[in-house]
Amino acid sequence: MTSLLRLDNIHKSFGETSVLSGISMDVSHGEVVALIGASGSGKSTLLRCINLLEQIDDGQIWLSGDDITDPRANPDAIRARIGVVFQQFNLFPHLSVLHNITLSLIQVKKMKKSAARDHAHQLLAHVGLGDKANWYPDRLSGGQQQRVALARAIACKPEVLLLDEITSALDPELVDEVLELVRTLKEEGTTIIMATHEMAFARDVADRVFFISGGVIAEGGPAVDVLQNPQDARTQAFLQRFRGQ
Amino acid sequence: MSSRQEPRRASSIELERRAFRKKQNSKSVAISFISTLAFAFVLWFFVVNTPGWELVQRSFFNLEVLRGAWPRVIEGLWLNVRVLFFAALGVLILALVLATIRTLRGPVFFPLRALAAGYTDLFRGLPLIIVLYIVGFGIPGLGALPRMPLEFWGTVALILTYSAYVSEVFRAGIESVHPSQRLAARSLGLGYSKTLRLVVLPQAIRKVTPALMNDFIAMQKDVGLISVLGAVDAVRAAQIETAQAFNFTPYVLAGLLFVLLALPMIRLTDWYSSRLRVREQAGSVV
Repeated sequence: MTSLLRLDNIHKSFGETSVLSGISMDVSHGEVVALIGASGSGKSTLLRCINLLEQIDDGQIWLSGDDITDPRANPDAIRARIGVVFQQFNLFPHLSVLHNITLSLIQVKKMKKSAARDHAHQLLAHVGLGDKANWYPDRLSGGQQQRVALARAIACKPEVLLLDEITSALDPELVDEVLELVRTLKEEGTTIIMATHEMAFARDVADRVFFISGGVIAEGGPAVDVLQNPQDARTQAFLQRFRGQ
Repeated sequence: MSSRQEPRRASSIELERRAFRKKQNSKSVAISFISTLAFAFVLWFFVVNTPGWELVQRSFFNLEVLRGAWPRVIEGLWLNVRVLFFAALGVLILALVLATIRTLRGPVFFPLRALAAGYTDLFRGLPLIIVLYIVGFGIPGLGALPRMPLEFWGTVALILTYSAYVSEVFRAGIESVHPSQRLAARSLGLGYSKTLRLVVLPQAIRKVTPALMNDFIAMQKDVGLISVLGAVDAVRAAQIETAQAFNFTPYVLAGLLFVLLALPMIRLTDWYSSRLRVREQAGSVV
């Protein structure tokens, strides 16, 4: 079977600064992949490239066999097939929790209002926020907001879900509720690519881990191998610093 | 990680993508060019074929009359430019003072706040032309002040009216600076006015600069209204020339000159706004 998402030799630079210099990976259906690496190593940039928020300088990206880096493709249609959750939640402050979720269902998926509402209520119950449908995002805690953001991202049933350090802006006691939800999504078969600093979580939930350094994948493989028995000197040094904390 | 590299050769796929994007780009440029041309032609064709075109052309677009009116109108425009300069300066100062007063906290300042609020209410509601009449003919009529040229009172009226608008723009800017910025500044021991001057206002002014520039452009053309007082500015000069030549071309000339005067500022505003946008988006394509 072909892979769900395939990156081939991705290059991206900002002006003179090369951020990604030849990243390739295959992600199969239902797999959870964790990207680790120092701040500024290009994890977020890679996710933004996959979602076509950044235009890559070279290489190709395939989603379910479609070359999404082809300039003839409609980027909006492709983005609708990819869910993204940001570090800062990025909920729409002028819309209630329910309308944050129904927005894309109604506007992009052309769902009937009542059907979208029902679907959103189901999703909210699923993320444990069934009673907060009519609240506005600023009344919710960070963890609750991030759960709404996850519900919003999966509402349109994306083929792959990109999580960009979704717990980095949360208080430590709120991290678990979000990670618990990600674990549930994995069990339901969601394909996930996540940039993360949560090494323990990556080891528990990710099938494979890629360590990105200097714009390339320094080391990649099954989570346990990379995180517990790293072969590359840079990976070892990076993980050492984490254990030291 | 940032690492400088040897220039890398792009793959054939990337080269093909770039060629396609370039082609798309030239295609849209060509389409916009053709549609502009077609639109201009239709407009021209329609206007030229109206029954009164001959007459209108003679009385609005007469080159000879234009040449004759040029010296006087351009001299008038110079007056507009001078009035504009002093009015803009006055507006900036008065508006900033008004905005600051309106954001003062504390019950002691209530009368000042009320006065400033009343001022902005009054002068945003009052048509500029009425302010011009009242200030230009009323104040000299008191006989208490030394005689001043008409354009002086025109400038005063412009400052009075536009300060009311611009102070509201400033106030919106001041209030849009997040309270956490005030807290941070006060926590460092800065007093109220230093916080305002060194932390809040610089951020506020940056945020409202496009709106301010827009108000400046609006004022640039309203400067022409001082002609109602009798000051011989570009509009008044055009009026005089029109009356002498029985031809409206001087008005068209004055109008064109005002547009030319505004263009640099309009372009500057566009450039500044787009630069702000680029900075906030940090390179993203959407």
